[in-house]
Amino acid sequence: MTEVPTNLIQRLLSGLGRFSLMVAEVVRSLTTQRLSGRDLVDQLHFIGVKSQMVVLVTGAFTGMVLCAQTYFQFHKVKMDTATLAVVSVSMCGELGPVLTALMVAGRVGASMAAQLGTMRVTEQIDALRTLATHPIDYLVVPRVVATMIAVPLLTAESITVGILAAYLVGVHLLQIDPGYSLVNMQRFTDHRDVLMGFIKSFIFGGIIATTGCYKGIHCGQGAEGVGHATTEAVVYASIAILISNFFLTLLLTRLLALI
Amino acid sequence: MIEVRQLRKRFGDQQVLDGVDLTIEKDESLVIIGRSGGGKSVLLKHIVGLTPPDSGQVLVDGQDIAHLNERALLAVRRKFGMLFQSAALFDSLTVEENIAFVLSRERNHTPEEISRRVAEALEMVEMPGVQKKKPAELSGGMRKRVGLARAIIYRPEVVFYDEPTTGLDPVVSDSIDKLIVRVCERLKVTTVVITHDMRSMQAVGRRVAMLHHGRIYTSGTPVELMASTDPVVSRFVRGISDEKEHTF
Ligand SMILES: Nc1ncnc2c1ncn2[C@@H]1O[C@H](COP(=O)(O)OP(=O)(O)OP(=O)(O)O)[C@@H](O)[C@H]1O
Ligand SMILES: [Mg+2]
Repeated sequence: MTEVPTNLIQRLLSGLGRFSLMVAEVVRSLTTQRLSGRDLVDQLHFIGVKSQMVVLVTGAFTGMVLCAQTYFQFHKVKMDTATLAVVSVSMCGELGPVLTALMVAGRVGASMAAQLGTMRVTEQIDALRTLATHPIDYLVVPRVVATMIAVPLLTAESITVGILAAYLVGVHLLQIDPGYSLVNMQRFTDHRDVLMGFIKSFIFGGIIATTGCYKGIHCGQGAEGVGHATTEAVVYASIAILISNFFLTLLLTRLLALI
Repeated sequence: MIEVRQLRKRFGDQQVLDGVDLTIEKDESLVIIGRSGGGKSVLLKHIVGLTPPDSGQVLVDGQDIAHLNERALLAVRRKFGMLFQSAALFDSLTVEENIAFVLSRERNHTPEEISRRVAEALEMVEMPGVQKKKPAELSGGMRKRVGLARAIIYRPEVVFYDEPTTGLDPVVSDSIDKLIVRVCERLKVTTVVITHDMRSMQAVGRRVAMLHHGRIYTSGTPVELMASTDPVVSRFVRGISDEKEHTF
């Protein structure tokens, strides 16, 4: 903090360094400090309940449009009954985790950055430190843990709703045969797809909370600083989710093939 | 009990602290005066270890805190209570939760004990019965009182006040000054007050140190400073700006 970074690379590296230090401090806090149950429940409530609407709508409409589009293509080659299998595989492994995480990043990541950023510019974080409380213990750890619990649950919810919505659209609107569809769905979706989605959403939860908290805690001066922090938290979290998703798909496919 | 040695701090190309030497004895009440933007708040943040210095030492009971890590500093800060210039109350918590913050995180106090001590602290700052309010519903003077209650409830050894009376009307200022004196006498704490209010300085200080151009320019009793013939000091205490110097 004593030297003012002059160019982009320096700024990027020092940012990355501070981010890693924060994550290391979170891990240290998790292993040495007791996590307050009440703080955790408060955060779980905030993240879980506030995200219901967006997650349900995203899940349902993604499932529906995916079903319709797949059907239009498959119908040409008389593969109608494979439609729902495609929907369920892609919802479980890719679309469910990624879209849920992106929506949660927009809602929860942004509000974490705004909250902690405001606390920083109004000296509340300094006040916390004079009250013998580590900001990581009190502010960051409950948020990170709660997000890593909530995002997988929200993802499961969104996948379920998405597949149900797709089933309704496929069977009742597009007249696909329900019996064969269900058999195909079960044949092509296996536990590896589900596990992949679960692991991904767990990691995405971590990305959302650490990015949001980092941007908030290291926020610039004044209302402008808070505004910046909020936008950047969403942008960086979203980019990190999309990029890591690709590598996670490659990696997890390899790893899960072993079991 | 606190000793600051050759403390230096620079922000960008602005040398805010340029070799500050200051000793704070146990049980004394010290007032630090100095111009707006002169680095008083920055100095205070160094003393409680919120900001790391570029060079120099801050010794608390003989231990150099300038290079301790945050976890080790937390234990040192338990000896300090601080009233921020902006009060810095947690706006998502009620007045009661704000004041009880340290006690409720220490986990060895019963809820009854905590609410009794909160009521006592509020009594002491003459604000009984506001437990359930949110900080946003309070006036500036009330916030400072709550901030003070939060800082003294856990019985610190030293209480720091950053401009406790700035922005308040003369009557409220006077009552805050009396409050500071009362807290100092009743709780037997060391008191450090930053101010540029001369009435306040005379009311609460036994000793006054003046920060000027990043150093402690002079120190003495309030009476000595008020009577000083030194041009810098006398202009400051009488509030006369220098025509040749652009101060804004
Ligand atoms: N975090 C920071 N980054 C950059 N500059 C800072 C920072 N904190 C303080 N400064 C600068 O340091 C100088 C001293 O600030 P400080 O807040 O200590 O003044 P002060 O003596 O408390 O003034 P006042 O009486 O108005 O509160 C100011 O010029 C300010 O611009
Ligand atoms: Mg100040």
